[in-house]
Amino acid sequence: MSVTTSHAAAPAPLPPRAGTRIRLANVTKDYGLAVPAVDDVSLTIEPGEFMTLLGPSGSGKTTTLNLIAGFETLTAGTISLNGADVSELPSHKRNLGMLFQNYALFPHMTVAQNVAYPLRERKLPKADITRKVAEVLDLVQLTGRDGHFPAQLSGGQQQRVALARAIVFGPKALLLDEPLGALDRNLRATLQLEIRRIHREVGSTFVFVTHDQEEAMNLSDRIALFNNGRIEQVGTPEALYQSPETLFTARFLGDSNVFELSRVAEGTGTWEDQTWPVDSRTVSPRVGAGGRSALVVRPEDVRLVAGDGVVPPGATSVPATIRDIEYMGAYRTAVLSLGRGNAVGRARLDATESKLGIGQPVLAWWLVERQRIVAA
Amino acid sequence: MARAPKRWRTPSPHWLFLVPALALLTAILLVPLVNSVYRSVGRSDFTLEHYATLFTDGVTLKVLLRTATTAAMVTLIAFLLGYPYAYVMTRVGPRLRGILLVIVLIPFWTSVMARNFAWIVILQRNGPVHSFLKLFGLDVVLYGSVAGVTVAMSQVLLPFMVLPLFSALSGIDRRLLLAARGLGSHPLKAFWKVYWPLSRGGVVAGLILVFTLSLGFYVTPALLGTPKESLVAQLLGQRTTQLLDFAGAGALGFLVLVITLVLVAWANRFGGTISAIGVVAASRTKDRT
Repeated sequence: MSVTTSHAAAPAPLPPRAGTRIRLANVTKDYGLAVPAVDDVSLTIEPGEFMTLLGPSGSGKTTTLNLIAGFETLTAGTISLNGADVSELPSHKRNLGMLFQNYALFPHMTVAQNVAYPLRERKLPKADITRKVAEVLDLVQLTGRDGHFPAQLSGGQQQRVALARAIVFGPKALLLDEPLGALDRNLRATLQLEIRRIHREVGSTFVFVTHDQEEAMNLSDRIALFNNGRIEQVGTPEALYQSPETLFTARFLGDSNVFELSRVAEGTGTWEDQTWPVDSRTVSPRVGAGGRSALVVRPEDVRLVAGDGVVPPGATSVPATIRDIEYMGAYRTAVLSLGRGNAVGRARLDATESKLGIGQPVLAWWLVERQRIVAA
Repeated sequence: MARAPKRWRTPSPHWLFLVPALALLTAILLVPLVNSVYRSVGRSDFTLEHYATLFTDGVTLKVLLRTATTAAMVTLIAFLLGYPYAYVMTRVGPRLRGILLVIVLIPFWTSVMARNFAWIVILQRNGPVHSFLKLFGLDVVLYGSVAGVTVAMSQVLLPFMVLPLFSALSGIDRRLLLAARGLGSHPLKAFWKVYWPLSRGGVVAGLILVFTLSLGFYVTPALLGTPKESLVAQLLGQRTTQLLDFAGAGALGFLVLVITLVLVAWANRFGGTISAIGVVAASRTKDRT
C-alpha cells in the first residue's frame, strides 16, 4: 500500500530559502546574580536545522533565545548569523521571526493587519503585501479570517496567526519561545505537526525553546539540553536518549533506573556490595578518572524473573521487590525497590512478566550493552 | 437534539443593593437639578429668556470660553505630566510603585484650604516662583492670574489622570513591544504603533475626567485667580449668592451640564471606536491565563 499526502503535490507557497547558520561563541549573560543566566555557551545551528533548546525553567534556554533575538544584550561572547557578527545589532535589524508562548498578537489589529505588520515596516508595495498575506494565511490554513481580531480566535488559531506573521517577511531564522505551552494536549500535537510541515516547506532555520522533553524529541533535528546556564549535551534525540553523557541528561529525557557507582575500574563497576561488568564502549567520555559516575538503564530494557528464575549469561542482575504496578494504558510498569532496598527503579512489564504480583521478590536484569555509565 | 426547556429566571435581588444609593442620588442630585431647571424656564410661565440672556449678556460666553480654555490647558498639562508618570509606575517594583502612588495622591489628602493657601504662598509676589522667574528676567506673578489657577488645578487633578492611565498601561502586555521590535520596528515606532493605541482607552478616560472636573472648579479660581478673569463656577456663585438670580444661574448651570454631557458622549465614542477599553481588558484576561 502506498502512502499519499495531499500536501506533497502542492507547490510551496513561499519560495524555499536556504537557512541561516547561527553561531554562538562563548555566549554569557550575567545579571549579577550568584550564577550567570547563560554561562559560556557555544553552539552552532546549521542552516535549515530544527534545533531545540531544552531544559528546566531557569536553565538559560529562554535567555539564550532572547540573546539570539537581540532582546537581551550579551555580557560576553559573540553571536553571528551566516558569519556576520550581530552581537551589537538591535533586534529590529536582525531580521529574525519570533513566536511567543502568549502569541503576542497586537489586539488592536485584525489578523490581516497583524500579518502585514512586518511587511509594512519593510515598506513593501501594497499589492505585494496583500498577496503575501493571503499566501501565508493559506499556508497556516487560516484563509478567510483576515478581518477577525485576535480576541475572536481560539488559542490554536491565534498561534497560527503569530506563526504566519513571524514567517511572512522571510526572516533569516524563526525563533520559537515555548509556542505551544498555553495549548491543550490535542492541540499541541496538531500544531507540532503543523510546525514540522512549515519547517519543511519554508526550509529556514528554526530555534525552538521548550521544557517538554517529549515535544523536543518529536520535533527536533537536534536538541541542546540546558542546565544551570550551560549546555549539558547536544545531539539528535536518539543520541540524547540512548547515549546520555551525564546523569542529568539521562534523567531529563525519559525515565531511567539510576545506580550511583562507588567505583568504576578494570571493566567493572561497583554498586552497594555488587560488582557488575562494564563495557568500555558504554562509558560516557564525560566520566573522568576519579569522578562520580552512575549506571543508568531504561525501564524498557529491564526484565524481571521470579526470585528462583534463571538470568541469561552475560546479563547483569540485581535482587528486587515489586512495590507497585502502574497501569500506563499500552503497558504496565513495575515499581521496584532494588538491592538493599534504598534504590527505587522501574521496569516495563511484558506479557509473561505481568503475572508477577506486588510484594514478590524478583531478579531484575538487563543486557550489559543496554546500560550506560554516565557522569554523575 | 433535545433542548433543555426554557426556564424563567427568577429576578435577581441584587438590584436591591442599589436602592440606598439611588435614593440618596435622587434626594441630593435629581430633585435639586430638576428644581433649578424648572426655575430656569420661568416655572409655570414657560420662557427661554434666561437662556437667551446667556448668549447676549456679553459676559457669560466670554467666561465659558475662558473656562474651557483653562480646563483644556489643565488637561493638557495633567496629560503631559501624567502619562510618563503612569508609565514609570508600571515599570518599577511594587515598593517604589506604592511610593509613587502616595506622592500623586497627597493633594487628595490635603485639605482644600491648606492646599490653596500653600499655592498662594508659593505663587505670590516675591514668593519662590516669582523670585525664580525673575532670575530669568521674567517679572511674572502667577498669583491672581488664570495661569496660576491652571498650575494649581493641574496639581490637584493629576491623580485623576494618573490613575486611569496607570490602570490602562499596566494592562498592556510588554511582550507586544518585543514582538514589534522583532518584526522590524524601531523601539520608538513599536511604542507608537502598539503601545500608544492600546493605552488610548486610559488616555480618553483621563482626559474626560480631568476636563470635566476642571470645568466645575470653584475654590481654586476664587482664591488664586482674579474676579476680572473669573471662571464659570465663580459666575454661578455670584449669580446665586450676590445677585440672587436663581433663574439665570439655573440656566447657566444647565448649559454647562449639557456641554459636559455632550463632550463625554463624544469623547466616549472617540475612545470607543476601537473599543480601546475592552481591548485592554481583554489583553489583561489573557495575561492571567
